[in-house]
Amino acid sequence: MRSLLLALVPLLTLASVPVHAAVEIFACEPEWAALADEIGGDKVSTFSATTAFQDAHFIQARPSLLARVRRADLVFCTGANLEIGWLPVLLRQAANAAVAPGSNGFLDASQSVRLLDVPTSADRAEGDIHPNGNPHFQLDPRNLPHIAATLTERLQRLDSGNAAYYDERLAAFNARWTKALANWSTKAENLAGMQVIVHHSAWVYLEDWLGIREVGQMEPKPGLPPTASHLAGLLDVVQTSDVKAFLRASYQNPKAASWLMDRTDIPDIVIPHTVGATDEASDLYAWFDDIINRLLEVNR
Amino acid sequence: MRARKFVAILACSGLSLWSAQVAVAQQDDSASAAELRAELEQLKLDYEQRLARLEARLAAMESAPAAPAPATGGSALSDKAFNPAISLILDGKYGHFSNAEGLRDLPGFQLGGESGSFNNGLILGESELNLQANVDDKFFAAATIAFESDGDESGAAVEEAYLQTLALPDGFAIKAGRFYSGIGYLNGIHSHGTGFADDPLPYRAFFNGRLADTGIQASWTAPTLLYAQFGVEALSGNSFPAAGAANSGVGTRTAFAKFGGDFNVSNSWLASLSYVDSNVSQRSSGGTAEESGIDPLFSGDSSSWIASLVWKWAPYGNPRDRNFRFTAEYLDRQEDGVLDLDGVTGTYSGDQSGYYLEGVYRFHPQWSAGLRYDTLDADNRVFGLGTPTVLDDNRETPKRLSAMVDFWNSEFSILRLQYNHDDSSLNRDRQWVLQYIMSMGAHGGHSF
Repeated sequence: MRSLLLALVPLLTLASVPVHAAVEIFACEPEWAALADEIGGDKVSTFSATTAFQDAHFIQARPSLLARVRRADLVFCTGANLEIGWLPVLLRQAANAAVAPGSNGFLDASQSVRLLDVPTSADRAEGDIHPNGNPHFQLDPRNLPHIAATLTERLQRLDSGNAAYYDERLAAFNARWTKALANWSTKAENLAGMQVIVHHSAWVYLEDWLGIREVGQMEPKPGLPPTASHLAGLLDVVQTSDVKAFLRASYQNPKAASWLMDRTDIPDIVIPHTVGATDEASDLYAWFDDIINRLLEVNR
Repeated sequence: MRARKFVAILACSGLSLWSAQVAVAQQDDSASAAELRAELEQLKLDYEQRLARLEARLAAMESAPAAPAPATGGSALSDKAFNPAISLILDGKYGHFSNAEGLRDLPGFQLGGESGSFNNGLILGESELNLQANVDDKFFAAATIAFESDGDESGAAVEEAYLQTLALPDGFAIKAGRFYSGIGYLNGIHSHGTGFADDPLPYRAFFNGRLADTGIQASWTAPTLLYAQFGVEALSGNSFPAAGAANSGVGTRTAFAKFGGDFNVSNSWLASLSYVDSNVSQRSSGGTAEESGIDPLFSGDSSSWIASLVWKWAPYGNPRDRNFRFTAEYLDRQEDGVLDLDGVTGTYSGDQSGYYLEGVYRFHPQWSAGLRYDTLDADNRVFGLGTPTVLDDNRETPKRLSAMVDFWNSEFSILRLQYNHDDSSLNRDRQWVLQYIMSMGAHGGHSF
């Protein structure tokens, strides 16, 4: 009898030791998964719902994502209606009360930043516009520290035992990011005033940061594919301005620009819209390095 | 002389001892001084680091854009902020049948009231008004009201009106009210969300379009990487294939299990197995059976199994410009009971099955094409009535092949042209239909 009780003691001590599983983070896009890794370190386990080669506007709310939301402790997404086509379906069908919007387990990054291009009216005749403003704010690196601060506070609420750790990670990130921001600003001085044409208006925040001018979009209206007459109009713009490049994201079809490229000598370049969208954009810092390098290359 | 030497030696050793002690004491002193110095250095370093971190945070906050102004949401007196998401779907069709006068029956099947999705000529299909919103932190509610205007008949029907829990722990959820049952795959999709202008034959024959009824559904989603959801439903049994809310008002019971995952970044799948068990009390047929007057009322048991498989392909997971989806569902039903034809009673034992296979390929951001094959098989034993009825299967196998192409100007407007090579009823038919589907408003996302 005594030996049985003695044998139980180690089991009881095991039971009383809190099992500290990693905080499971379901990030909607790769940039948030990368930021969560920076702040969370080895205390979190991140999953990105989309890859760097997917258009986050149009994702299928498929069973594999339902299963991941069901297991998540924190859902960390862009918001501003970017994921409106699939995230609400996932959240409702995954039956995970911990990550319901409004709870500690749901983090909407758009609440921590100021949005640009807020439309005065929401009418679908204007195309598939974003009624709350342009959601592609990850492209202004000055926004990331605000989002990182909100993320840190949320992680501390969900995992209070590691609060000090998250504070340290945030401080380290802020120190390194500030230095990087200063570097990028210096390097990118010559980009101010550069003129570009974009496939889809996803670059307004980048343009706001670097002073780049967007003189046309390939989509006649947001969400509608380019028509022949619209492309002819863009050709006029090219001939009367000093457009240096067509900008597109990794998931966009290069053929859309081929008509214009055949008639001009302006290059069509991929700018990484998130971590991993190009081989060089391997982490948050290399991502913006690559954005600036690619823009400098065509701005000769 | 010797004493003086002794004293000298003593004095020397004493001196050396004393000086050694002093040296040690000095060393102690200098050691502790060094320690103190080292501690001071460490302290300085610590404070410098903390200062540096604080300065970095301050710099980051100063260099970043100003914190956003709180969202201004219009007049403080307006209640509009909490309006539900409202959308309206308009559906209209123009149909052309080669055999307009022919019967629309499916031999061997007692059909419900729905005559089929379109008729010869111009018809306004159902216009669907959909409202949904979170009621509070624990409940979500949705309603779908269908408006019909079909010549003389027009009216509104509540297709769905239900609540769903948001905050049950551990993957449980409850749905209550009137809703589309969670069985099968197509059953959960509204008709305007399918790839074709009409329902596959098995859904028309087995469920009169869709199994939708008043009741309660409990489901559980497993916390596994393989998606796994299990559910059971208790429904009133007022809706086809049940009738009369038999069994004390819980005439239909269902159970289903769904699994799904990704093969890779471009391919995903969903598979499910479902079971429906109904107590039927005096179910009558609709359509021509009613018209011809030979409409036996069926009372008994009806149970069905459904196996569903969906495979979707989208290059790198981007479905917008190109995608392909394949759906296959197999349904199997047993019905047993008595028939009552104007007082004459008989028995009926039905062994019925059916399946459909469909593939839809989006080959351009605005164009897709689809092909569907559907078929039914009925093996019924009817005794005692003395007259032929719709339940006589006549050894016919209803089957049909449909081809469609549709144009999507945007996600919200669809124009569809479909051709049915229809050998499902006793009268072969070749049908053309042109359909439009227009969505306005806050369009909730589609499920897989």
